[in-house]
Amino acid sequence: MTLLAQLPVIPVILPLIAAPLTILMPSAKLQGRIPWLWASAVSWATFAACATLLYSVATAGEISYHLGDWGPPIGIEYRIDLLNALVLTLVSGVAALVIPFSYASIRSEINQRQISLFYAALLICMVGLLGVTITGDAFNVFVFLEIASLSTYALVALGGRRDRRALTAAFNYLVMGTIGATFFVIGLGLLYQATGTLNMADLKIQLAGDDNRMVEAGFAFILVGMGLKAAMFPMHLWLPNAYAYAPSAVAAFIAATSTKVAVYVIIRFIYTVIGADFDFIGAAFGWLLAPLAIAGMFFASIVAVFQDDLKRMLAYSSVGQIGYMLLGISFATEQGLAASLVHLFNHGLMKGALFMAVACVVLRAGTQSHAGCAGLAFRMPWTTGAFVIAGASLIGAPLTVGFISKWQLLSAAFDSGRAWAGFLIVASSLLAVIYIGRVIELMLLRPAPAGGVREAPLSMLVPMWILIAANVYFGVNTELTVDLAERAAHALMGGGS
Amino acid sequence: MDLLAFIAERYNYWIFIVLMMMGLYIVIARTNLIKKLIGLNVFQTSVFIYYISIGKIAGGTAPIYVAGDMEARAHLAEGDAAEVLPGKSEIGAGAIQGESLHDGFGLAGNDLATLTGKASESDAVHSAPQGGANDIFAAPVLDVDAPAASAAGAFHAAADVIYSNPLPHVLILTAIVVGISTTAVGLALVVRIREAYGAIEEDELEAADNIAEFGRAIAAGQRG
Amino acid sequence: MISPGLAIVAAIAAPLVAVFAIWLLGARPNLREAATLAAGAILIALTIVVFMAVGEGARPGYRLLTIVGGMDLAFRAEPLGAMFALLAAMLWFVNSLYSIGYMRAGDEKNQTRFYMCFAIAIASAMGVAYAANLFTLFIFYEMLTVSTWPLVTHRGDDAARQGGRVYLGILMGTSIGLLLPAIVWVYSIAGTTDFTPGGILAAPLEDAGALPMILLGLFAFGTAKAALIPVHSWLPQAMVAPTPVSAFLHAVAVVKAGVFAVLKIAVYIFGVDFLNVTGAAAPYLWIAAVSILLASVIAMHKDNLKARLAWSTVSQLSYVTLGAMLATSMGALGGAMQIATHAAAKMTLFMCAGAIYVGAGKTLVSEIRGLGRRMPVTFILFFIGAVSIVGLPPMGGSWPKFLLMLGAADAGQLVIIGVLIVSSLLNVGYLLSIPVQAFYLEPAGEGEKPQGSGGKALDWRHLREAPILCVVPPAVTALMALLLFFFADPLFAYLAPILETR
Repeated sequence: MTLLAQLPVIPVILPLIAAPLTILMPSAKLQGRIPWLWASAVSWATFAACATLLYSVATAGEISYHLGDWGPPIGIEYRIDLLNALVLTLVSGVAALVIPFSYASIRSEINQRQISLFYAALLICMVGLLGVTITGDAFNVFVFLEIASLSTYALVALGGRRDRRALTAAFNYLVMGTIGATFFVIGLGLLYQATGTLNMADLKIQLAGDDNRMVEAGFAFILVGMGLKAAMFPMHLWLPNAYAYAPSAVAAFIAATSTKVAVYVIIRFIYTVIGADFDFIGAAFGWLLAPLAIAGMFFASIVAVFQDDLKRMLAYSSVGQIGYMLLGISFATEQGLAASLVHLFNHGLMKGALFMAVACVVLRAGTQSHAGCAGLAFRMPWTTGAFVIAGASLIGAPLTVGFISKWQLLSAAFDSGRAWAGFLIVASSLLAVIYIGRVIELMLLRPAPAGGVREAPLSMLVPMWILIAANVYFGVNTELTVDLAERAAHALMGGGS
Repeated sequence: MDLLAFIAERYNYWIFIVLMMMGLYIVIARTNLIKKLIGLNVFQTSVFIYYISIGKIAGGTAPIYVAGDMEARAHLAEGDAAEVLPGKSEIGAGAIQGESLHDGFGLAGNDLATLTGKASESDAVHSAPQGGANDIFAAPVLDVDAPAASAAGAFHAAADVIYSNPLPHVLILTAIVVGISTTAVGLALVVRIREAYGAIEEDELEAADNIAEFGRAIAAGQRG
Repeated sequence: MISPGLAIVAAIAAPLVAVFAIWLLGARPNLREAATLAAGAILIALTIVVFMAVGEGARPGYRLLTIVGGMDLAFRAEPLGAMFALLAAMLWFVNSLYSIGYMRAGDEKNQTRFYMCFAIAIASAMGVAYAANLFTLFIFYEMLTVSTWPLVTHRGDDAARQGGRVYLGILMGTSIGLLLPAIVWVYSIAGTTDFTPGGILAAPLEDAGALPMILLGLFAFGTAKAALIPVHSWLPQAMVAPTPVSAFLHAVAVVKAGVFAVLKIAVYIFGVDFLNVTGAAAPYLWIAAVSILLASVIAMHKDNLKARLAWSTVSQLSYVTLGAMLATSMGALGGAMQIATHAAAKMTLFMCAGAIYVGAGKTLVSEIRGLGRRMPVTFILFFIGAVSIVGLPPMGGSWPKFLLMLGAADAGQLVIIGVLIVSSLLNVGYLLSIPVQAFYLEPAGEGEKPQGSGGKALDWRHLREAPILCVVPPAVTALMALLLFFFADPLFAYLAPILETR
């Protein structure tokens, strides 16, 4: 057994082992740099592993890893195809940037002695998200999901030092999240009852496309449960407060990753586990997913326009963006699915960058309200620049990832004969012009604020600008995102990779 | 009568559903955070019961090998022995598939069918998948491919010992741990909320937030 | 000698290089302006290279990169684009001279940012001119919008912010909301967005009912820079910008990029024949006609000189749209020539308006009574520009009107001929009246408050011509407007190949 053969388990095992070790590290010494450096190193190693996995899957095909050498369907299998390799890379990549980024921001926002605990929780959250993505066992998804969720509740609650509303936000998130996870378990139980297996690939074989109310009920429970976790409209109520009051770096991490992972699970269950041949899936696409996606796109974007808190605005925007992904899925075409996957990846990049920029604003201007942005272009040019580029990406300006997403979604809509959907997509992105434009106008066209507001430290600027560079790079070179997403969609729709 | 039988046969599901709804109702209706958590617990517990009940098989013993059963099993499985060994099987390979199907249909429903005297003509419990579990959703049973089903039947005819399905129980053990962790985190949050706000009633918290933000209690005022 | 294909890329890159140079030289204004002018001169040379090559029948192109299917960043020069690029390059150089005079005389703030944004805008205009497909066109179109926004909001006060909001809101809103889906739709229908002689939609949309009409509408209103009513309101709002911005961007680069795009889409995406056969353009023909008359009438009521010119621009731009929508070859060529002649004439007028502001501090038409006696050169130039806009010989502006009337006759639209005549009369009313007032009416007396509102009393002792850099550039453009009359035939012959259907 070479180390390379064990690679698929590294993204989960490495941070899982590293997290408890982080707790042992002193928060007080060297201003808490030890756990920070440690967590950064772990996140980079994890990212390296995930990127290697992506490369190997893209070139050599799917990887199936049997935990403890117990083969499927009895043992737990990690099954890595293009779809989850892409999500793994996104999650670990964002983590590898957010963790180094977080240091200055976190030190100012949470209790000094909790720094090592914070990094432990962040690593565990990462484990959970990576585990959900990598596993090929349906019940394993639930376990990792709860690992991620529990640590997220704790991370959100850490914002309580700045604003006590973080505590109630975390509590509400906990209640909603647990209901969602429990619904998911009920759905799994029904699927298990119908098939007697929990391995995803085996589940599909056993279901063999036979319709059955038990399967339908199971799918409904899973969709609702995961919809809650993905903040699918109208089950998004936990999200705005959780993002708004969580420590800024945490918001950047979970906004870029956690809802995306939940969307991934929905895609995975629809295509890999249940199979999209069922009539009820088609009905769910047409009558549930598409209307809710559109409602979310507009409702959340309109609400975002009227926010006067940066993080809440971005949070509502996230709900709207989830709508784009679900809309793409609901087209039920290969192109639509590929567009969703591209947007899933790209939205992680842009929302991560936007929340990072807000974290810089919070650190230096000490506020996350719109009013605090006035004239920041003169004091924090790099942060403003990052916000403008990431915002342009969110709007869908050409040569950024946002444009690629929008183009893919639009051409999927027009190609599948849904011209109306195309116009709804652009109409809701016009709302993004308004809410992002408001902030940019404040930043650029107001006089510089009084007082000693200065540019954020390099430790924050560098990771942020790496993410901005990714926003532009993947907006021009789409080989990684679009090609892989198209291949992944092709494989999921049964064309084989 | 039919309706009564229909209800009675599936008492385990009714318990599950009633508990689940109670739990959800408590979560939604109560304003006290602790009570909400308790409701959440009840809700989760209902799922535990659901899982436990689907693992139980009529007349089945605890899933511990009975003496003599091993030989029969070995005899039965000799052709496919290699494939039950860990790490060597392929997804969907014959014996494994039969095994997992057998697990799937070894449901509480069969148990109920036996209890209520509705056992099918067949001796083999597992050839009677039309029993409760699937019926509750009044849908056609999944097609078990013939060879696998008969293999499962023969299997038990030979073994003559019926085990309950251990897998759901193991799964739910994990879920219980998750549930306890959730409750612990939730309670810890409640403690912190009480420290920060001095209250654990939702409307009081909301009022406190409104006072902090707008200088007066908007929501509370509307309610009052 | 640089190859034409490379010259295209260089034409886009040269202003962008200038952006950096301007930024680096921000502290030394003379060198900074030298960088702008040098880039302008290089740009003219490059666009001439392309122009000549296209004139010889070549269609030089350059493919920069492919992003995904249907998204090629590629350029290809054809007569329309080569003419637009050359025009924009020459006028940029002239306007840069004028900017220097204007900005220094007015002692404006943030001049470095001003010149940088200007250079980005001209690079975007080059990109629009040379775009080989709709996707490239869209990218540079958006770049043009974004880069001109800081220019519109240059003053940074509330009025500028408000104007900027409307500017960005309408231009971005329409381009994202209408143009982008239209482009994707075309890609979805035709499998390409390349500008192809004869159009690309004729075959796939043979019996598509109202679809061509819907698509054309998306394009016509999606390119709000063409200022077709009702998406015109950004243009008068943009007049809060300093005059050089209005002169160059809102008489040449931005608005012409809009009508250029409409014309190019009508000719190379739909194809004139296809539009003619399906009648898809008919509704937009009438909207353009209404725009022409309505905007002219509004212009008559505007007392602010720049606002009057802006409304005049709205009216004149619709000539180009009208030409495209006539769906006849004469109409399309008339529209193409209108791009050139109107650019020269309207820029003259704007620069004169700026010269009046710099020299006399006057912005209202009602205040300029008698000013011609002290500023004769400015008002003579204004007169020349106005004559060209009205369309009287011997000015360039007479040819497009003539061609458009021919085109309307070809299409059997006699009412349109009437519209064009009425419009010319209205132009006489609102434009020629200005130099007439300036020369023939008695000036307001010393210390007397002139008629009209908000004016200050004239101070005759200090009234004189604007600085030389504010007077020479309009003289150059006025000369161009004059020359266009005499060189109309070569230009016509140069543009004619756009109608070939290969």
